[in-house]
Parts: sequence; structure tokens; C-alpha cells
Amino acid sequence: MKAELIDTSASTVRNELIRMCQKMGGLTTGVVLNLIIMTDEADQYDAMRAGTHAGREHPCQILGVIARAGRRPRRLDAEITVGESMPGQTVLLRIQGELNEHVDSVVTPLLVPDTPVVIWWPGKAPEAPAADGLGMLGQRRITDAAADEAPRKRLLELAAAYQPGDTDLAWARTTNWRSLLAATLDRPYAEITEAAVEAEADNPSADLMAAWLALRLGVPVHQEVSMGPGVTGVSFLTADGKIVISRLDGRNATLSRPGEPDRAVALHRRDTDELLAEELRRLDPDEVYGETLAILATSQTIAASEE
Amino acid sequence: MSNPLRDPRDRRIPRVAEPSVVIMFGVTGDLARKKLLPAIYDLANRGLLPPGFSLVGFARRDWNDQEFVSHAYEAVREHARTPFRDTVWKQLSDGMRFVSGEFSDEGAFDRLAEVAAELDADRGTGGNRAFYLSIPPGQFPVVVRQLERSGITDSKDGHGWKRVVIEKPFGHDLTSARDLNDLLASVFQPQSVFRIDHYLGKETVQNLLALRFANTLFEPIWNRRYVDHVQITMAEDIGIGGRAGYYDGIGAARDVIQNHLLQLLALTAMEEPVSFAQDGLRAEKQKALSAVQIPEDPLTETARGQYAAGWQGGIPVPGFLAEDAISPDSATETYAAIKLGVDTRRWAGVPFYLRTGKRLSTRMTEIAVIFQRAPHLPFNATDAKELGQNALVIRVQPDEGITMRFGSKVPGSAMEVRDVNMDFAYGESFTESSPEAYERLLLDVLVGDPPLFPGHEEVELSWKILDPIEEFWRTNGRPEPYLAGTAGPASSDAMMARDGRAWRRL
Repeated sequence: MKAELIDTSASTVRNELIRMCQKMGGLTTGVVLNLIIMTDEADQYDAMRAGTHAGREHPCQILGVIARAGRRPRRLDAEITVGESMPGQTVLLRIQGELNEHVDSVVTPLLVPDTPVVIWWPGKAPEAPAADGLGMLGQRRITDAAADEAPRKRLLELAAAYQPGDTDLAWARTTNWRSLLAATLDRPYAEITEAAVEAEADNPSADLMAAWLALRLGVPVHQEVSMGPGVTGVSFLTADGKIVISRLDGRNATLSRPGEPDRAVALHRRDTDELLAEELRRLDPDEVYGETLAILATSQTIAASEE
Repeated sequence: MSNPLRDPRDRRIPRVAEPSVVIMFGVTGDLARKKLLPAIYDLANRGLLPPGFSLVGFARRDWNDQEFVSHAYEAVREHARTPFRDTVWKQLSDGMRFVSGEFSDEGAFDRLAEVAAELDADRGTGGNRAFYLSIPPGQFPVVVRQLERSGITDSKDGHGWKRVVIEKPFGHDLTSARDLNDLLASVFQPQSVFRIDHYLGKETVQNLLALRFANTLFEPIWNRRYVDHVQITMAEDIGIGGRAGYYDGIGAARDVIQNHLLQLLALTAMEEPVSFAQDGLRAEKQKALSAVQIPEDPLTETARGQYAAGWQGGIPVPGFLAEDAISPDSATETYAAIKLGVDTRRWAGVPFYLRTGKRLSTRMTEIAVIFQRAPHLPFNATDAKELGQNALVIRVQPDEGITMRFGSKVPGSAMEVRDVNMDFAYGESFTESSPEAYERLLLDVLVGDPPLFPGHEEVELSWKILDPIEEFWRTNGRPEPYLAGTAGPASSDAMMARDGRAWRRL
């Protein structure tokens, strides 16, 4: 069921939402979280779609907010969708003019009460997410450093502003890699003296992974630039030789260990909806991300290859 | 040496199985095709199997590795729950091997041992082996002996773990259960024997533990002061299908009540475990099962039936006695209901009614905790006439979730109270991406995490509950016929009626 409200107010949107939910049989009951997506006209389709997909795993109310720039009169438009293609409900809000300064006043009345709030900025995000008017509402604030023109600088910015509850999709992109690396070191290995992460230029996931390895292993971690896509390899230098995982096509990885035949491992790059679903699985602060960011900001052990 | 990349706080990194070989017997069977092979693929697809994970199939078919891989491929394409990815398939199929032979063939088991040793060398599986016996229990002794003889289960040199996985039935009475256990214990460590009860791998069953022990809302009323009785039901709409050989002489009680329903009873009735580790959980389940009181008069406190020809869901179906390979005078029950007590301070006087049957009107498994009526209703007698008893229902399948039934005012100008249902389902489509029970259990086997598997003591206690009832049935008449597609025999309803209660409608 869909409805479109032009030049409206938050309370009208809320009343319409309740009316539609009742008509559909009270769907609010199953919602486990509020997901606010701060996006723009160009990205909204992909962002809302990823949100809807993630909503299949975590039934949520999605509030998409498009802040329209430029000197325009104050106005709020809303598109409400209830019970189509996912559990829960979706509201896409377009705001302009003065309202851009008061997004929280529009969003707050629409939240499902006493239910966690997660905010996701698929593109540009405030410099300090937790200090943002809307960011303050969220248990979890999801940014994406890869969407920034200068990802490394952006990560340092996020590190400086880090508050528990912050998280970044560039970090979620490392999960499969990190999981494979952890599984690799579940088996006996000789002492590691150095490590290296190889990725295409300006890849924030590589920065985070290198920092994480430095944090966990306490050895120098080098970063090398390759043609991509994404992260293309991680290696550990041990007393017995090199343990290498390389992935040149974004799907298939090869694991080599000293004295053993190479082994094929599936390691595919994931879509945004999978990353988002991972983010929504836990709503408590990701301490390991916080520590990794801190290392990234301070550590001298990472010899960045960029000039 | 602890792994520096693992950090308990880093909960994005999943529990990944150790490098290991799963050696599967009965790999051409239905269970392997529909559940086990797809579950292995799904685990791999979720990134939960380590590089080097290997699977060896053992069966009579004259297959080579490639034919086994294509058998597994078809099973995965047809039954896996996660999308198919050829990269994942490549990783998995690289480690698949097949050994062809009879269970009596020593040469075949020697080849199996060689294949396992090769995999250890080639794929770094480090001697970690899980033997999955998806075969009739009659074959266990010969297979276990062969495994021992071939040296493949040898872990004396400290070279990797050896685990064995068996499915129900865990014997058919106390004596045979002990024999089975002695057999397994002669080769495997007790903590390396994993008895799969796939119900315990289901999300809702685990959710029962969360519901009871993570909340303050339910535990205070989870006792005889508030609970009137508990009904645990597993209804099936199918007949015995191709399981005639196994089912005849076993019957519904041994097939379902002994394992699934008594496990559900134990989880419902047990006290809070000190921890959810294996020892804590098993200790409480054992206590609950050992407190179970069996019927004093089985004639009035049990019921059994056998389905007769009828209509099931709009299709005419044959009666049990007319099924293939069932003897026409078989006294095997296809429906069983029993009333049990749990002699503890918490449950004294609260009956637990267990029922299961085949060819019933629908397929449904649930635990229903039915509460006492309010001691006083401050309404006119007619106002609350339609108010029943409050109930908390844990729906195990097919529609996993929790239902709460309570009284609510009917909208309108008059005060009228009637029952309403409040439903909790963690997202309508959540179940589609949530792991299948076998996935969870297989991973637990490979990680070596046994809390969800019933221990040998629980199996013995369950037989102690069931054996006297079976003995009574054996010596007292025949099961009562009931029409296929109905809710079971009249004697079962009469059993409830004697207590002034009724079964929840299926």
C-alpha cells in the first residue's frame, strides 16, 4: 500500500502511517528497529533498496530523508509504503529550505517508540556523526568512508570524532577477509615478523585492515598499491616463509602456506545490502572498530605507501 | 597458542569450523541429499567452513569422486537455502572424495583411511575427523568396528579430534540404548559422541531458552501457581511413506516422544542452568527428566491410535495397515499421547500432555503453556463467557514464532471480553535467511560445541520414562483406529476430558 503526501507536516505523515498500518492489520508490531537513511536524490534508489533488503533480515521502519539543497521555500513531501516487498514500513521524506536545519524535528515524531534507532549515511556524512543533531538519536551511526573523495583523510576525521556506536561500511567490507585471516591463523604457524596488505589506491578497507593487523599482531604492516578490485592480497612473513592470501578478481582467493599446495577459497565482495544487514545484526558499540580507528590515527607502524 | 586475530569482542568474525574432514556414511540417502549436503554448502557460503574443509562420502555405489561431486551438486542446487555461487562450490568440491564399498569390506575402509590421510597432507585437515552415520542403526556395529580396525579413528597420538554424529533412534529401549552407547564409547570419547536431535537446532527452541532466562516477564509465572498444564504437540500430516521397514514395530512414541518431545519437555520444565555450556544445560535437563513421573494408570493416562484410510487435505489416503510392507495385523501405533508429571516444587500437580501422530489434519509442532483462569472475574457472568485460558505458545514449526493468547475487550459499547492472539515472528521472511537446524548442528559438531546435543544420560532417562508405557501397551490390546486427516483417536480426547481439559485444536 502506498501513499504520497505533498507539502505536508510530520504529524500528518504520522497519522497517515498509522491509518495505513491499521488497514494492513497492525504491522508496526514486528518492527525491531528504526533505520534512518540520509541520502540524496541521486542515491536514494540504491540506498532505499539496500535498506529494504536488509529489512528482510531485520524487520524495520525505514525513514529515508532527502535533503534538497538550494534556496527553496520550506516544504516536506512524503512517500509512504506499507507492507510491500518487506516486513515493516518505509517513509521517504523530501525536505527543503529551512527544514534542512531541523531534520530531527521531522524525523523524531515518526520513530517507532522505544525501539533502537540506526542512522546510515550512504554518501556524505557529517564530519562528527555522533555530534550531529540526528546522529545523536542513533544507537548506531553508519558511515561509508569509501564514498568520500579522500577516504584516508575521512577515516582520520572519523577517528578523531569517534564515539561508541559509530561504524563504517568500509570496516564491514573487511569482515570476510578478517574471518578468513583468523581461520588461517587457527592452524599452527611460525612466528610472524611482518605483514602486508595490498589493495587498489584509496581503499579505506585496506587502511582499516592494515591497522587492525598492526593492532592484533603487533608487527609492522606494510600497505601496497595494486590494480584492485578492492583488497587484492594479505600476506604474513613468518620464520618458515610467507603465508599469502591473494584475490585478484574480487571473487576467488588463493591461500598459500609454506610447504603446502595452494588452495582455492571463495571470497566474494559483498553488496551493500549484505553489509548493511551485518551492521544491523548488533546494535552495541563495535569496540574493535574503535580501537582500529585509534591505531590508524596514531600508529607509526603502518608504512603508508601513498606519497 | 591462542590466535592473535581472535577477540571475543569482535563479534563480526563468526565461529568458523576447524580444518577438518567430514566422513559421511549413507551419503546417497534422503537425509544427506535434502539436508546434510545442502547444509554443508550453506555453511561454506556463509564463510563458516575453513579453507581445506573436506568431505568424504562412503556408499555402496560404484562412483568416482567426480560422480559424487555431481550428486552433491544436484542436491545443493535443489535444496540449498542460500544462493548458488560457483566460487564457493569450487572451494567445496575441491575437497570432496568418494570411497565405494560395502560396510563389510575391509579393503574399502582401508581405502577410506588412506583418503583421510591424504586429505590431512594435502588440505591441512590435521587429523580432525567427524564421522556422520546417516545409516540404519543396525549397521552401526559393523561400521564402528571397521572404523576402529582401519585406524582412522585413532587419536592416541594426539593427532586431531575424532567425533561421531548419530541420528535418532538412539536404541529402541533402555537396554539397546545402553548397548549402542557402549559400542560408541569403545571407540570414541563420550564428549565426542554427538546425538543429533534436529529440533534442538531450531531457532525457536533456542529462543525458548532466551524467552525464559533472558526476561523477567515470564519466569515468575513459569510454575504451578500460574500454569494449569502444558501441551507439547508434534503433528504430522504425512504417513509413514518409505519408512515402513523402520517404523513397523517402533511406532510414534519411540519415534518422536522419546527424543523430540521429551527434550522439549525438559527445556520447558528445567530450572535455570548455571551456564549455557554443555554441563550446565545437560545437568538441568537431566534433573527435569529424572523428576518426570510416569502415569500410574496407563489405561486412562495414555492413548494410542493407528490411522485408517481417510481423506487428508482433500486427497484419499490409505490406512496404516494397507501401507506397503506393513503387516496387516500390525499393532504399531501411529499416534501416541501420554500424560506426565514433573515432581518438583515448581511443577507438582501440573500435567504435561505429550502427543504426536501421523496422518493428522495438519503439520504442526508447538509447546503450549496454558495458564490458570483468573481466580475472580469482576465482570458479569455473560461478559467474559468467551474468555478462555491464557496461553503462551512456542511454535516450533512450520511457522516459527511465539503466540500469546489473552482476553481483550471486544470493541463496542458493551463490556465483553474474548480471547485474542498476539503474535511474535522475528520478521515474516527472517526465517528464510536464518540458518537451518542442520547447519547450526553441523557447525556445532565441527566447532566442538555440544550444548544442543542430548547426552547419553538424557537418552537413558527418556527410555526409563517410555519403557513401562511401551510394556503396558504391548500387553494390553491394540491401538484405536482413527480416520486419516483428523485430530487423532477418540481415546486421546477422552483422556483430556477426564481431566476437564481439551487438546488445542490442530
